[in-house]
Amino acid sequence: MQFLQLVISGVAQGCIYGLIALGFVLIYKATETVNFAQGDLMMLGGFLGLSFMVVLGMPFWAAFFATLAVMLLFGMLLERALLRPLLGQPAFTVVMLTIGIGYLARGLVTMIPGWGTETHTLPVPYRDEVLRVVIGSGNDPLVLSMEHLAIIVVTAFLIAILFLFFRYTKLGVAMQATSQNQLAAFYMGIPVRRINMLVWGISAAVSACAGLLLAPITFVHANMGYIGLKAFPAAVVGGFGSIPGALVGGLIIGIVESLSGFYLPEGFKDIAAYIVVLAMLVVLPNGLFGDKMKKKV
Amino acid sequence: MRFVFRTRYEQDLRLFKDNGQKFCYGLLVAALLLAPWLFPDYFVSQLVFIWIYSVVGLGLMLLVGYTGQISMGHAAFLAMGAYTEAYLQSKGWPFVLSLASAAVVSGLTGIVVGLPALRVKGMYLAIATLAFGFIVEEAVTRADGVTGGSSGMTLGSLEIFGLPIDSEQRFYYVSLAVLTLCILGVMNLMRSPTGRAFVAIRDSEISAQSMGINLGRYKTIAFALSAALAGVAGALYAHKLRFLSPEQFTFLQSIELLIMIVIGGLGSIHGAIFGAAFWILAQQFIVIAKDWLPAAIGQQTGLQPTVFGIFLVAFVLFEPLGLYGRWLKIRTYFEIFPFYRKGMFKRQKSYMKSERLK
Repeated sequence: MQFLQLVISGVAQGCIYGLIALGFVLIYKATETVNFAQGDLMMLGGFLGLSFMVVLGMPFWAAFFATLAVMLLFGMLLERALLRPLLGQPAFTVVMLTIGIGYLARGLVTMIPGWGTETHTLPVPYRDEVLRVVIGSGNDPLVLSMEHLAIIVVTAFLIAILFLFFRYTKLGVAMQATSQNQLAAFYMGIPVRRINMLVWGISAAVSACAGLLLAPITFVHANMGYIGLKAFPAAVVGGFGSIPGALVGGLIIGIVESLSGFYLPEGFKDIAAYIVVLAMLVVLPNGLFGDKMKKKV
Repeated sequence: MRFVFRTRYEQDLRLFKDNGQKFCYGLLVAALLLAPWLFPDYFVSQLVFIWIYSVVGLGLMLLVGYTGQISMGHAAFLAMGAYTEAYLQSKGWPFVLSLASAAVVSGLTGIVVGLPALRVKGMYLAIATLAFGFIVEEAVTRADGVTGGSSGMTLGSLEIFGLPIDSEQRFYYVSLAVLTLCILGVMNLMRSPTGRAFVAIRDSEISAQSMGINLGRYKTIAFALSAALAGVAGALYAHKLRFLSPEQFTFLQSIELLIMIVIGGLGSIHGAIFGAAFWILAQQFIVIAKDWLPAAIGQQTGLQPTVFGIFLVAFVLFEPLGLYGRWLKIRTYFEIFPFYRKGMFKRQKSYMKSERLK
């Protein structure tokens, strides 16, 4: 029972990693840049949701969707204003730019009155509620906190929507085409630049969603974006260019972390993700779902 | 206006291109040697920080700016050097020996970390080094038998060949000497076949390989040397602060080192030193500026990251060659006056290079 309990909380945490990793993967697939500000976009999402609920007094779900919409626009604006001028520059340049954006975001957030350096609580309706499930007779009941359940359910829902979007809509297919071969997509009449802009928007919205889901557990504060660093291992384990891989990688990292926190000596919980990713890079650099491509000469 | 007209190959190989350069650097060295006598202790202490950061910046420049490999865990090498130095010093080793050991230990770790570099590249390498950085940070915290854990570790006073280094001025000369040796070392390295191989790998791995450069070997060398320089800097850092704790060597520190050399200017030795100077001086300016800024802005803890974030974004967007690039442009303007054209340093636009195809 203990084991199952740990696995469930690991899955919930893993969903968060998975969502942030999904944000990386979307951007990486489309533009081949790694966005080191992904965690900070998540943090911005958390703060925006907080402001919508506390300052504007919106109900939770309205605030949720308002945050996603604002972050979608913010992501698009970011791409248009800062990333697009660097189109065609080496990957390292763009990485440094995203690091700069993240650094800037962390600094600016602490300067905004009402956000600041303190930790805030997001007043979600399902806070501190638990669900007790009894499996088999005579066992201790399985205690599921609603925060964890909400993460799992919303993530599953979001993944389903994204799957349908990429599979069945014209825009989704255009995005897939762009990520496979930009030049060919451009020749087919797909507006590649606008698509990239939209990808940044979606990625920011997905991260914001992760931030809102995580907020009831870790609270909202300026440094909550650091959790994005553990999404890198998730993305690598899943294979950096694979959308289902990102989620599976996130779950693996989440579960390993949760189990190692209980069964291994103190300290291993924080670095479990990194040990897993180093092992993965040595054994299988392309990740679980990564595609292998060889250059033809 | 000044023309250097090259007539012999040796001219290309010289450390100083002409007498004017010799004169300028001579003046600089003289000024730096006099500095501790002219300035107050606090200022000298900040200069020492610049030298220390310059050493680690040089190491990172070797790896990132010259070899094109990204390291996001350089604070870990700094930590290896610092703790090795602190440990050996507490065992009574002489400074020269312990400094060398710090470099060796750090360099050997660099080789271990460089091993993934043989298999992965680009972003994967960045993530591998990031993971390594976190693991070292945690290991330092947990190994409290050697490192004192999170309660930290203090260092005794430094003594070199019986001469006690007990004042800010004396330590200034020690760190300046170490920095000078490191700069000369790196300059010579970059003139050697090894250095040229590094640059070739940075510019194109495929063409470097076709020219007979063993990628794995040179990447490992780059990692080892870069880590060794960081180790030397770590040892100096340990003596400067006389107190070590794991919070000094976090992921944020690694990122800040990267930001430092990008602002300084990638791909130049000047860049490493300019970056370090900028980093330390800007921090001091921010501290001073806090007093006369309105309290609503001045008292914010986020002021420093915001300012550095703005600088980084601005440099990446508008001056990719960093401070050194700006200096180069101004110098060129005067050197070839009045022939400077606007587009002389224009960035080359290229089609997106895909890393997916290996």
